[in-house]
Amino acid sequence: MKHFDVIVIGGGHAGSEAAAAAARMGAQTALITLRADAIGVMSCNPAIGGLGKGHLVREIDALDGVMARAADSAGIQFRLLNRRKGPAVQGPRAQADRKLYRRAIQELLAAEPRLDIIEGEVTDLMIDGGRAIGVVLQDGSQITASSVVLTAGTFLNGIIHIGDQKQSGGRMGDRPSLPLALRLADMYLPRGRLKTGTPPRLSGRTIDWGRLEMQPGDDSPVVFSFLNTEPKARQISCGITHTNEKTHDIVRANLGKSAMYGGHIDGFGPRYCPSIEDKIVRFSEKPSHQIFLEPEGLDDDTVYPNGISTSLPADVQADYVRSIRGLENVAILQPGYAIEYDYFDPRCLRPTLELRDFQGLFFAGQINGTTGYEEAAAQGLLAGLNAAARALNTEPVTLSRSSSYIGVMIDDLITRGVTEPYRMFTSRAEFRLALRADNADQRLTPLGIAIGCVREDRRKMFEGKMSTLRSARSILEGRKLSSKDLAESTISVSQDGVRRSGYDLLGFGEDARAAVDLLFPEFAALPEPIKVQTAVDALYAQYLHRQEQDAHLLRREEDTLIPDDFDYSSMPGLSAELGLKLARQRPATLAHAGRIEGMTPAALTLILAHIRKAQRSKASA
Amino acid sequence: MDTIYALASARGKAGVAVLRLSGPGSHAAIRRLCGDMPAFRRASLRRLVSEGLELDTALVLVFPEGESFTGEASAELHLHGSIAVVQSVLRALSAIEGLRLAEPGEFTRRALENGRLDLAQVEGLADLIDAETEAQRRQALRVLSGAVGQRAEIWRKKLVRAAALIEATIDFADEDVPVDVTPEVSDLTRAVLGDLKREAAGAKAAERIRDGFEVAIVGAPNAGKSTLLNALAGREAAITSEFAGTTRDVIEVRMELSGLAVTLLDTAGLRQTTDPVEQMGIDRALLRAKAADLRVFLQTGEDVPGIQPMTGDIVISGKADITGSGVSGKTGQGIPELLAAIGETLQRRTADAGILTRERHRLATDRAIRAMESALTEVEKGSERAEIAAAELRVAVRALEALVGRVDVEDLLDEIFSSFCIGK
Repeated sequence: MKHFDVIVIGGGHAGSEAAAAAARMGAQTALITLRADAIGVMSCNPAIGGLGKGHLVREIDALDGVMARAADSAGIQFRLLNRRKGPAVQGPRAQADRKLYRRAIQELLAAEPRLDIIEGEVTDLMIDGGRAIGVVLQDGSQITASSVVLTAGTFLNGIIHIGDQKQSGGRMGDRPSLPLALRLADMYLPRGRLKTGTPPRLSGRTIDWGRLEMQPGDDSPVVFSFLNTEPKARQISCGITHTNEKTHDIVRANLGKSAMYGGHIDGFGPRYCPSIEDKIVRFSEKPSHQIFLEPEGLDDDTVYPNGISTSLPADVQADYVRSIRGLENVAILQPGYAIEYDYFDPRCLRPTLELRDFQGLFFAGQINGTTGYEEAAAQGLLAGLNAAARALNTEPVTLSRSSSYIGVMIDDLITRGVTEPYRMFTSRAEFRLALRADNADQRLTPLGIAIGCVREDRRKMFEGKMSTLRSARSILEGRKLSSKDLAESTISVSQDGVRRSGYDLLGFGEDARAAVDLLFPEFAALPEPIKVQTAVDALYAQYLHRQEQDAHLLRREEDTLIPDDFDYSSMPGLSAELGLKLARQRPATLAHAGRIEGMTPAALTLILAHIRKAQRSKASA
Repeated sequence: MDTIYALASARGKAGVAVLRLSGPGSHAAIRRLCGDMPAFRRASLRRLVSEGLELDTALVLVFPEGESFTGEASAELHLHGSIAVVQSVLRALSAIEGLRLAEPGEFTRRALENGRLDLAQVEGLADLIDAETEAQRRQALRVLSGAVGQRAEIWRKKLVRAAALIEATIDFADEDVPVDVTPEVSDLTRAVLGDLKREAAGAKAAERIRDGFEVAIVGAPNAGKSTLLNALAGREAAITSEFAGTTRDVIEVRMELSGLAVTLLDTAGLRQTTDPVEQMGIDRALLRAKAADLRVFLQTGEDVPGIQPMTGDIVISGKADITGSGVSGKTGQGIPELLAAIGETLQRRTADAGILTRERHRLATDRAIRAMESALTEVEKGSERAEIAAAELRVAVRALEALVGRVDVEDLLDEIFSSFCIGK
């Protein structure tokens, strides 16, 4: 019987990242998937990054993950979103060539010496006394492991709907994992049902591009990986078109045939990514909705019309799509569909993504109720690190809300659970000014080096960058200027007698940069990326200082532990609903409790009072 | 959960003494003492008997779980207010298994722990019990009713809406989120800011109602300040003599005036001096007089160095018994008028007293105000500062949550509960 330190089930974005992370940590790792050539497939929109999501990709890269590097290899249109807003809320995004992306992921995984890729279907988990000890394949063979990461995506009880037709499947063309779903049902884990939709895929050759507004990528593309400086593939433009009254009439007339509106689907869909049916019903006053026409690859004719996901019957889809400008003669390569799938309530997980009740078993990705490649990959990374830590008997790796978007996401999942597919937004991060895409390496790479998941080339590069950043900082802080000294420059400061360092001046914003260059020629001579990074750090310095108090409070709440056997039923002041929620979720700390949905200040005070009462009676006993 | 009991009324001889029990065993204890269980929430006369011995005839009130002050099953015994009776009943209760004497503040603590009161309400209750004046009573009652929590919730909702608008423009920049949200964000923030500023202005007055006003009597040596203080206080609080400079230290007299708690300060006479001890007294007098809420200047025609009347201060000539006009501590001439004038001045200042009665409330409000002001500035600067405006709004929301005890609770609990004594 074969034995590995870590087994990863599934070769999607969570699985790829988990397997690579475990292998980097030094664990002998096996990735088991139905088809090796499908590893790294983008089953939905062929794009990586965006607001909040771009932050996740940078954080994955800071811990030496694979997603950012693959996206840089496959990116065919790079755009930095929110370019006109502050750097803290700018998110890198790229349209990706599906084929290039898949190839890049597969190459990166193949380069991991400790990673084996096994084709097969896992039909059972081997559990012994509440511990995961391996898996059983369809042919009956067993593989044992110290930890198992399950990344089953939408393959569990997946049902695909097109109009009133349905078929079981995990993704168009793939079969669902029925035996594994049955096995998991035996484990009595609470679960729910979610849905998500896809648009019809169009043939690019049949689109009248000449009639469309075209959107090119940025002139100076911002890539994902801290190791890269520019895109690798040829860059292209996307098209933009809009729905119109006629489109809306067709959809309205056929609403009853929609799987989502015809009552065929029980799962909850996301509010932020509505289907075209949803858009037209809920925002009936809007005469038109924007659609991005995104090519799926450089030598691929498929175009992904972003903004019109649907579960209407195929003939209706053809009708409404052809009512749209530029798509009058379009051929549909594959109809849009809605997919319903099971997810497991992530409130059963520890901050390491290990199941609370099954040691050595980790869940990552869509199975936890999230949506998006980036969210899946980020969880995969953390689960992989911890699966390896469990197998190699090293310290667990957890990330705080004050350190990273990954920390925010995992904390949200395990404390609040999900009611719709969970997607990252920058507004979820209360320390957003500190958690930026530009400083993800400064936040996380030192941790990565410490735990051993960052390789030599990145470590050297990072340490070089940090030492240049430090010298940039000391040049700027080495000299303080009075308002008189600044009279000659373009910076206007109040005559308040305060002497300001070059770093303070950079905090004034973009306009101060040229003046600082003149005042500090030694700084001016540094490489541009270092100067930009220093300027961004300076811009937020004063606000970060003020957020420290909040961060301190958070840490104090994180340090206030709630005992595992804490008895919520003896707290009659709690509403029955909240009491039940708390009893079910067993928050580990006061900070976790505070973020449970429906939690009130009064209830939190109550819990704290009870913790202290328990401590008092223990102390006096 | 233990069942606790304690004397709820003051110790010592009185017409009636109230003993309170709370906890799961309280009804059983009542049944044991009374022989039966009176109907819930109905005053019932019962003979209390323990081990065959009659202790007292008492009025008994029993409350069911969920419908009592603490939220637990509880009861009250209204005894005859004799020290011996109270002692005998306390002894009888202590003999019952599962019952113990309450710790200081434990009834209120249980009310909080059972969700019957929020933090601000607990503070209001503490103030109500400590209330000595009518104004303090009214104010404490308002806080106890949950007014702080209700207002904070309304403000919080508005700010959350403002923050949500900004967040929408940040997180959905690439989608069809249109429009300039600045006007609505500004309006919402300004509305809350206006409310909060009004409350903050009233917070000082509210704090004064709670802690009392300070009124300093100042004037030249031998102007009759101490005589006036004694007359106002109705007792010999300060030593008086015909020698100038008799008062060296600051003398305080606490009294109630027009329903307000007032501390009168008698201070050393103000003049140039070479006596170092007298100079120390004068320095102290100036310090306290300047910090006081109101000053009464007793004029004698001489100049007083070091301090000028401020707006609203009362300037009046002393020794009316000699000069014929003004006020005289000696004869009582003009005293009712002076008291009325002080009372009226202070009353005016309490007219705008808000619901923020404690320094903790004021600090949280100030933090929220500062954050909202910078949020407004940032919003005006345009979209490239949106994330900073959003961060400021978050700070404001957290500050409002702190008002009702969302954060900083840890430090507060001890503080609050240590100010309660048994049985309250």
